[in-house]
Amino acid sequence: MVEIPSGSAGAIPSAEVEDVELYHPKSWWTKYVFSQDAKIIAVQYSLTAIAIGLVALVLSWLMRLQLAFPGYFAFIDADHYYQFITMHGMIMVIYLLTALFLGGFGNYLIPLMVGARDMVFPYANMLSYWIYLLAVLILAAGFFAPGGPTGAGWTLYPPQAVLSGTPGGKDWGILLMLSSLIVFIIGFTMGGLNYVVTVLQGRARGMTLMRMPLTVWGIFTATVMALLAFPALFVACVMMLFDRLLGTSFFMPAIVEMGEQLQHGGGSPILFQHLFWFFGHPEVYIVALPAFGIVSDLISTHARKNIFGYRMMVWAIVVIGALSFIVWAHHMYVSGMNPAFGFFFATTTLIIAVPTAIKVYNWVLTLWRGDIHLTLPMLFALAFIVTFVNGGLTGLFLGNVVVDVPLSDTMFVVAHFHMVMGVAPILVIFGAICHWYPKVTGRMLNETLGQIHFWTTFLGTYAIFFPMHYLGLLGVPRRYFEMGETAFVPPSAHTLNIFITVMALIVGAAQMVFLFNLVWSLFRGREAGGNPWRATTLEWQTPQTPPAHGNWGKELPVVYRWAYDYSVPGAAEDFIPQTAPADGGITREVPA
Amino acid sequence: MAVVLILVLIVVGSVLFHVLSPWWWTPIASNWTYIDSTLVITFWITGIVFVAVVSFMAYCVFRFRHKPGSQAAYEPENRRLEWLLASGTAVGVAAMLAPGLVVWNQFITVPDDAVPVEVVSQQWLWSFRLPGADGKLGRAETRDVSPENPLGLNKNDASGLDDVIIEGGELHLPVGKPVRILLRSVDVLHDFYVPEFRAKMDMIPGMITYFWFTPTRTGSFEILCAELCGIGHAQMRGTVVVEEAADYQTWLGQQQTFTQLMASGEPRPAN
Amino acid sequence: MSVTLIFLAVIAAIIVWWLSGQRLASKPWLETGSVQLPDHHGTDQQQPPVPAVKIGLFVFLGVVGALFSLAVSAYFMRMASTDWWGTPVPRLLWVNTAALALSSVALQWARREAGHGHMESLRPVLAAAFALALFFLVGQVQAWRELTAAGYVLADNPANSFFYMLTGLHGLHILGGLAVLAHTTVRAFASDVQPDRLRLSIDLSAIYSHFMLAVWLLLFALFAGWANDFFDLCRTLLT
Repeated sequence: MVEIPSGSAGAIPSAEVEDVELYHPKSWWTKYVFSQDAKIIAVQYSLTAIAIGLVALVLSWLMRLQLAFPGYFAFIDADHYYQFITMHGMIMVIYLLTALFLGGFGNYLIPLMVGARDMVFPYANMLSYWIYLLAVLILAAGFFAPGGPTGAGWTLYPPQAVLSGTPGGKDWGILLMLSSLIVFIIGFTMGGLNYVVTVLQGRARGMTLMRMPLTVWGIFTATVMALLAFPALFVACVMMLFDRLLGTSFFMPAIVEMGEQLQHGGGSPILFQHLFWFFGHPEVYIVALPAFGIVSDLISTHARKNIFGYRMMVWAIVVIGALSFIVWAHHMYVSGMNPAFGFFFATTTLIIAVPTAIKVYNWVLTLWRGDIHLTLPMLFALAFIVTFVNGGLTGLFLGNVVVDVPLSDTMFVVAHFHMVMGVAPILVIFGAICHWYPKVTGRMLNETLGQIHFWTTFLGTYAIFFPMHYLGLLGVPRRYFEMGETAFVPPSAHTLNIFITVMALIVGAAQMVFLFNLVWSLFRGREAGGNPWRATTLEWQTPQTPPAHGNWGKELPVVYRWAYDYSVPGAAEDFIPQTAPADGGITREVPA
Repeated sequence: MAVVLILVLIVVGSVLFHVLSPWWWTPIASNWTYIDSTLVITFWITGIVFVAVVSFMAYCVFRFRHKPGSQAAYEPENRRLEWLLASGTAVGVAAMLAPGLVVWNQFITVPDDAVPVEVVSQQWLWSFRLPGADGKLGRAETRDVSPENPLGLNKNDASGLDDVIIEGGELHLPVGKPVRILLRSVDVLHDFYVPEFRAKMDMIPGMITYFWFTPTRTGSFEILCAELCGIGHAQMRGTVVVEEAADYQTWLGQQQTFTQLMASGEPRPAN
Repeated sequence: MSVTLIFLAVIAAIIVWWLSGQRLASKPWLETGSVQLPDHHGTDQQQPPVPAVKIGLFVFLGVVGALFSLAVSAYFMRMASTDWWGTPVPRLLWVNTAALALSSVALQWARREAGHGHMESLRPVLAAAFALALFFLVGQVQAWRELTAAGYVLADNPANSFFYMLTGLHGLHILGGLAVLAHTTVRAFASDVQPDRLRLSIDLSAIYSHFMLAVWLLLFALFAGWANDFFDLCRTLLT
């Protein structure tokens, strides 16, 4: 519902918010637990997302163990296997990636990067986190509920999601999943309003849209998309709850389940798929666009060069955001929908490849004639480009309707989406954590531990998912508890499965190194100072590090230039902060 | 330098893996060789782009990595280069899309002489129905499904009485004759998937979906379910046998029609 | 999904219109120094800036709009199947509609009074708006009871299911608006009224109320079957 802020933020433009009472918390509770400071909320969001993400990581190990050694682990039966894949997928996509990019990075970076003191509705922002936590708890409750969590696959397709042939279908599992999603969406909407309005209204003086760092552009566009796309999931969840609890037939046709006629009739399972993917496809870009934005800034800062083609980058973000709303049915080429739709959706899908490719070119061209510092954030950015290019290109297989026909529902799809929206954004998250950790904590991450983690993660994930495409090409279907004896699958494919599982275990273990590094560096890391990367953007120009509540002390920053003044010819340093007033006698030659 | 080396190794390794991979698609057994050709075109175009981008990146890291005293160039944008790259990409995309759409048009245009064959799925079993002497399939409804009438045929529809019903057995198809596979599910989503045929389609309870193909090679092929349908998903297997017309007719003669099935009267186990 | 796509096209048009004022084609690296912020910040100093919370409300209405357009899309897609029987519209809905419309009118009136600084005279108007909206909600529940009593239960038919679900969703939104309106009304009666904040609150409540009225009118048209006629007309035009 509409929040009337208790502060004066509503009455005067937020850009002019003064150092108000709110920023001086009175007790430990309001400072660290029920905090209205976007930075604390960001950390809360991030830690919760990482915690539930670790659960999903363990689930992926269990799945891989089953695939490599079928029958060896007695406790992994078909029920459990399908529960693992469902929870793994849903947690990773929604509760980790979406929450971490928007709730975590969005909260931390938007106010700092646009030069605001905080989000415009701090109270709603706090509420957003607690509702998100509630959603996570409801989701996790599934593991302890009778019948366990739902095993319907993360797509939750009816009718099977609510029938007894699926784990949790007639028990608590599916109910908890749907409720958790509904709660998540309500919480997200509160946060999302904040992110959007803060960018619209909270920018510091001089911070025009075209002076914003691409990180803010990415998160902003992704949030707008999320606000428009999540209602589709909301509607779908509510309708499925009705079907499951109240006996309606929105999605339920006439069904004979195990020889018994059910009461439902006339409903359309495809209707659910349309709603789900109307949310589901923009969701891919809700995760990808913040990653695009962040990686642009990482590359620019650590190559000491302005991002190449800034305007194109901004336009591409906006165009990708818009196009992603009219490509959803490319997930449904073989769903039985009107086949004529295939022409339209294949065309729109392949068109979206053009702005995406432009982004890739511009990242690489930013490296060209740069001064590349191979720091951890830069390494992760390079790894992101490799992974994303690979995953993006396999997307051209699946987006091209007729090529999708043999490949859909095979391991090729699994490999593709893990590359493009699993590993690639996660690599950006790691890079971003390495980049902003000094700002959040005041200390640098340990370089050696970071290198170990980076190389294992990057090469390990590539070794997992690159060969997996070929299993899909062979025809191995996804979501199979076990392949059993199948004529067309040679024994060598099984060996490959074992290899993938071993790599998955190693990569998983490497994440522990990362977590250890986060904690260890908090106490033992090198003191960072305010601007260790010598970066231009506003968050590095705060009076304190870590920034205090209210971010800027007495004086709000004023912005005089764009976010990418690196290596400006004639300048004394190879970077000029956005707050640096005049050119100081610098003449520069700019290509027309 | 390690970074450059590893980036190069990734490119070389990926290409070598692709060339040497023992995991490749199954030998095709249908007319959809065009699908494979489109896939190969896509492999070429995307492969070239992958190699080019990553190699270029490796070169950049090699050439422009930080050395004491080095400074980056200042170049906000280069409109000509950007538009050039964008148009190049558009051309590449069109080169993949155009054949794809042409083949898709063939895929969804069923030839008139295609013989209808119905596949009915349930958790977790495949059943089949072939038209009888009249060449037509009778109407069927999920509502009419019962132990005596497992596929839910309408008993009042005369064209259904001579339909051949195969419950849970093998499906035989004559080689070289186009078939229109009509897909029906009585419970949840399934997907009729035979890797050798390339084509596949979801089966949706409450509606009839379809695809068509022509079997081009005799043999026995495994049917898998490609849409998650509950805990028995991985065990939901069946067999299609493609054989010469004479063998097919012999087999067809041995199968039960709907009338015979009703007459035999004994309820069959549902699963 | 055509309803949703139309809705999205409208949103896209608004975004494009807004972006077109943001100088997206400028070359920011050439523009060092202080730049006047576009729109509300710089150019027109007489015009007070739009409060953030108002922008927030508009964004929120966008989300609500997406929600209902998706639900209505689902309604049309589900309607295509053969088991659809129309649900009769209880006559009470006409009365409810009138109440909701009057509530909106009252809020608009209160908005005007607040604009003229008549902080006392707007109190009864505000209370009336609240009462009317409450009447609408109670009326909706009564309409459900009438329908159920007449045998049109939730699970019988998809049209019934949609009727209950859509009116329920709409009712929840009205309920949320009522909570805010109650807060505003109580504040209006307080002795230490802050005119600026009250004016803003009333403004927001009025906008929200108008929007929910518009949503209700569309839903009502849907239930009454007029929208179906319109839908059929579109279909004949397209084919």
